[in-house]
Amino acid sequence: MTLYPHTMTQSTPASEDPPAGTSTEKRPLVELTNVNKHFGSFQALTDIDLTIPEGQVAIVIGPSGSGKSTLCRTINRLETIDDGGSIRIDGEALPEEGKALARLRADVGMVFQSFNLFAHKSILENVTVGPIKVKGLKKAEATKEAMTLLERVGVAQQAKKMPAELSGGQQQRVAIARALAMKPKVMLFDEPTSALDPEMVQEVLDVMVQLAREGMTMVVVTHEMGFARQAGDRVIFMDEGRVLEDTDPETFFTDPQHERAKNFLGKILAH
Amino acid sequence: MNGFFELFAEYDVLGAFWMNIKLTALAAIGSFILGTILALFRISPVTSFRTIGTAYINIVRNTPLTIIMVLGVLAVWGQLKVEFFGDFDLNFFAYAVIALSLYHASFVCEAIRSGVNTVPLGQVEAARAIGLTFLPAARIVVLPQALRGAITPLGNTLIALTKNTTVAAAASVAEASGLMSTMIEFNPDLMIYIFLTIAIGFCILVIPMGIVTTWLSDKLAVAR
Repeated sequence: MTLYPHTMTQSTPASEDPPAGTSTEKRPLVELTNVNKHFGSFQALTDIDLTIPEGQVAIVIGPSGSGKSTLCRTINRLETIDDGGSIRIDGEALPEEGKALARLRADVGMVFQSFNLFAHKSILENVTVGPIKVKGLKKAEATKEAMTLLERVGVAQQAKKMPAELSGGQQQRVAIARALAMKPKVMLFDEPTSALDPEMVQEVLDVMVQLAREGMTMVVVTHEMGFARQAGDRVIFMDEGRVLEDTDPETFFTDPQHERAKNFLGKILAH
Repeated sequence: MNGFFELFAEYDVLGAFWMNIKLTALAAIGSFILGTILALFRISPVTSFRTIGTAYINIVRNTPLTIIMVLGVLAVWGQLKVEFFGDFDLNFFAYAVIALSLYHASFVCEAIRSGVNTVPLGQVEAARAIGLTFLPAARIVVLPQALRGAITPLGNTLIALTKNTTVAAAASVAEASGLMSTMIEFNPDLMIYIFLTIAIGFCILVIPMGIVTTWLSDKLAVAR
């Protein structure tokens, strides 16, 4: 069973070598060029240049205050960036405001630390509101697709309930379904398991691993090192608003180059 | 007490209260619509809309209702000759409804804005992240939650509006407080009873509003 069938046709699993003679270059889905971000006089991001190709699962890690959440939020312009930098989604520059920005945001799924399900709408409505109001789907069609997604993240039984009646893990899985309902090109996860009780972390990570296996392009801000190793194609280590390391998970965890990365790994892997 | 009950035959007390109810109902609708629009102005991402909203609130909320009512009747009708209806009474009734709506819209706006403050920022971010623009995000996600959070201050505004309909007497509308003055003028010996009658009448109108407000704010509260 696949979470998100249409991605299957677009990409091959990362573990397989491409057949000889075909191009290994995948189109860049997210491109950040010279991205800087100030909050007043505090510089949250400094000279970020990143390209995330289609199908890649990029794990962003770093100590708190390192700018990793800010980085994630700039990609769909929940945070603006300083003049001079640019962010492109599938080749298209992020517009400043209005309808064009909304359209591009619909292509970028976002999962928040605090779930942010619409509190006054049922689980089902949370998933159908985007397809109906943004994409103009008929209610019956949106409901059918939403139920399929809810089935796959394992919360179809709760479709008629309100968000506050669900556990944190269930709410976060609904939030993933809500984002997937828009058929996004890329999914952003901003510390999706940080607000969860420990026993609920795994059920959310399982859904994310499955999504990664199906070839979804993902940017995941997380402290879950197991997930990073299991599903990540790439680890981006940030500190004080800069990208310090950008490598594959195995290299990062076994042979970090920077002192700060070693220090950080030492702290989180010590116990 | 002599002659008290005869007053009800002589004067149309219920009809006067009915006028207050009509003023309340129409001005409640008018001020709710205008207040919601003003609230949208106040939370808009566009600076000039926010400025317009803030200016309206600061000017109208800080002007006494009587001044607005008299301004309408003396200046707009008296000098500028703006007439909504040919019928004299109906025309002044319209003026009273408009003045009450304009004035209370500023309080409705602030009540809704206090409700908007009860909606976590994450709700807006989630709405925008699925591709909703400002107005749909406001209509589908923010306002439904904000209104539920604003029921108590909205109820208080409705109660104030109900009592403020008595100011319509300044626009010659035949409502309860105007009738009270007339009754007292011709029956000064019954002054206390007349006064109590009108006061109790307003209590009967207003007390259920408080009860319904409390009940609704419990029933419709958004669980988070």
